[in-house]
Amino acid sequence: MSADPKVFLMGEEVGEYQGAYKISKGLLEKYGPERVLDTPITEAGFAGIGVGAAYYGLRPVVEFMTFNFSMQAIDHIINSAAKSNYMSAGQISVPIVFRGPNGAAAGVGAQHSQCYASWYGACPGLKVLTPYSSEDARGLLKAAIRDPDPVVFLENELLYGESFPVTAEALDSSFCLPIGKAKIEREGKDVTITAYSKMVGYALKAAETLAKEGISAEVINLRSIRPLDRSTINNSVRKTNRLVTVEEGFPQHGVGAEICTSVIEESFGYLDAPVERIAGADVPMPYAANLERMAVPQVEDIVRAAKRACYRSVPLAAAA
Amino acid sequence: MMSFTATKFAPSPLPLNSTIPRSNDKPLSFSFDHFKPHPSSSFLGSTRTLLRFGALARPHARTRSSSPVSAVLLQQTSNLLVTKEEGLELYEDMILGRFFEDKCAEMYYRGKMFGFVHLYNGQEAVSTGFIKLLKKEDSVVSTYRDHVHALSKGVPSRQVMSELFGKATGCCRGQGGSMHMFSKEHNLLGGFAFIGEGIPVATGAAFTNKYKREVLNQADADHVTLAFFGDGTCNNGQFFECLNMAALWKLPIVFVVENNLWAIGMSHLRATSDPQIYKKGPAFGMPGVHVDGMDVLKVREVAKEAIQRARRGEGPTLVECETYRFRGHSLADPDELRDPAEKEHYAGRDPIAALKKYLFENNLANEQELKAIEKKIDEVLEDAVEFADNSPLPPRSQLLENVFADPKGFGIGPDGSYRCEDPKFTQGTAHV
Repeated sequence: MSADPKVFLMGEEVGEYQGAYKISKGLLEKYGPERVLDTPITEAGFAGIGVGAAYYGLRPVVEFMTFNFSMQAIDHIINSAAKSNYMSAGQISVPIVFRGPNGAAAGVGAQHSQCYASWYGACPGLKVLTPYSSEDARGLLKAAIRDPDPVVFLENELLYGESFPVTAEALDSSFCLPIGKAKIEREGKDVTITAYSKMVGYALKAAETLAKEGISAEVINLRSIRPLDRSTINNSVRKTNRLVTVEEGFPQHGVGAEICTSVIEESFGYLDAPVERIAGADVPMPYAANLERMAVPQVEDIVRAAKRACYRSVPLAAAA
Repeated sequence: MMSFTATKFAPSPLPLNSTIPRSNDKPLSFSFDHFKPHPSSSFLGSTRTLLRFGALARPHARTRSSSPVSAVLLQQTSNLLVTKEEGLELYEDMILGRFFEDKCAEMYYRGKMFGFVHLYNGQEAVSTGFIKLLKKEDSVVSTYRDHVHALSKGVPSRQVMSELFGKATGCCRGQGGSMHMFSKEHNLLGGFAFIGEGIPVATGAAFTNKYKREVLNQADADHVTLAFFGDGTCNNGQFFECLNMAALWKLPIVFVVENNLWAIGMSHLRATSDPQIYKKGPAFGMPGVHVDGMDVLKVREVAKEAIQRARRGEGPTLVECETYRFRGHSLADPDELRDPAEKEHYAGRDPIAALKKYLFENNLANEQELKAIEKKIDEVLEDAVEFADNSPLPPRSQLLENVFADPKGFGIGPDGSYRCEDPKFTQGTAHV
């Protein structure tokens, strides 16, 4: 926002309330109410207003309090933002960012817990990003705002509270991450685990557990759901020969389904085991804490799946 | 010069049975013809109310006399609303719109045009009346019934015709089609198939002007946006959301309702609790004006004031134009539900015939001049059709173009470099 006066933030409670999750704290004071706009509760209206402003070269950042509310504005995200550059044959590009928390939080119930990565990831014309660490968040958000196309930026409410180590390079004001490139968070040679957003943390913990049992897991932080970094994923699978995909969203037509197909299309001969797909349970999110825990993938689920992929249900040392 | 102040539009109910006479000295055919509701419309509530108060229940009578617009008209020194040049310009634009749409129908039935085509016959007064007052920097946002808005805004007929034929020389290179006309040069922001979708986009375009003034300090930024949409859209949530925000932030926008009484086969009276759409403006804190949309001069007068109001920074206006479409909703619509008597009634109020009559009666033009214009337009359209016919279809490589402004959005290929850097990608032979 300080580099480019055309960037402005718009959403519910982003100004005086300092952000529903305090993400935009201090911005109103620093940039004023013309650039940090508190909107009425009108998702379809203000998403469309953002698109109209983007048609004219402003660079809006539209915040949805959670991405569940984006369903009220999904017509604008897809029909008037994603498709416009194509429909106008390149005359009108839409440099807009739609951001907000996505996926399950804790005990918020079915209507506040859906993960939208696979829905938005299916649409041509959109770029869909899912940061995990602070470095991801900083680099990808800058890249998203600077990008001339519509970007759906899926954050996670529970990750807002987590701290991550950052390098000095990441703190530099021009630090940007490329869109469409996944990151290998942990190198390994026995099984590839792909994950995005909060599940990357779980996958890393699972990799720790697996390492103690002699399985070296390679964890890929997807960072970008659309475009998907098929190249990194496939190269990793060709190295390890086994794949576990992890996501929080619903299983059918999910991100894991796309990754599985991509690997089968490009690296079938390299697979030594069927692809294991870990996803949220195929139910609307329940409220009770114990049921919620069962409906979302946990570290044990990832460990179990990785072992299945390695055809080992007992530690290597015990196999005679 | 009258200025609209908020107090004049404090929401107070307008008496339906008022007998305020309309003082006007214009020879325009002001049809006070009562609003003939469709006989098969079973929505009795508001129909009865309108019928009970008979001929003087024309809502616009009271609105106009209580709005500053009629006061402006009374203060005019000359009797005439247009000069000869303006009159001929308006006539030419309406003839272009009418003949173009007729040509579209002809081409459709010959198989040169396909898909969804929605024609504007009968509504030309609204497009011409409003858009001819705009500057090039002002923007227009429309719906799927956008051919004539595009033409009035200045997009050449050749480009519009080619776009309809799906050729590479169209204004969107054949990628948009009938319902998605975009032109950056002429600030035509579409062309949206979803009704109500264009309204927030138009509100955003108007927001940009305010932002440019206040944040980017471009003091000369004074562009106005017009949003065109129909009566059916006025029941959609996005419409109300935008009326609220436009009035809240005083955006330079005019919401133009082309009330042609029908949403495909759904009569406005059957679909709307209170069919007088202009009343929805004051509910949100902006003036709501009703105008006879079959009369281009009246539309133009209202448009002038609304656009100037927006340009002065006084905020939005809601203008309801009562108009009618002579053809069906689209070329695929058999148009069986509308009463032939209603169609005949409105055919008698053809805006082109009305303007012609006005020009003759005020000695602004004669038969030859108007015939010359019609001939000229005929030639323009023949040329447009020929141009479109002879234009090439889009090449195969165009399929993947323009999905993203930054084509790195197609991601990284199997060899690790961005797909868009592969030369075969743009030739349309690369695997995606």
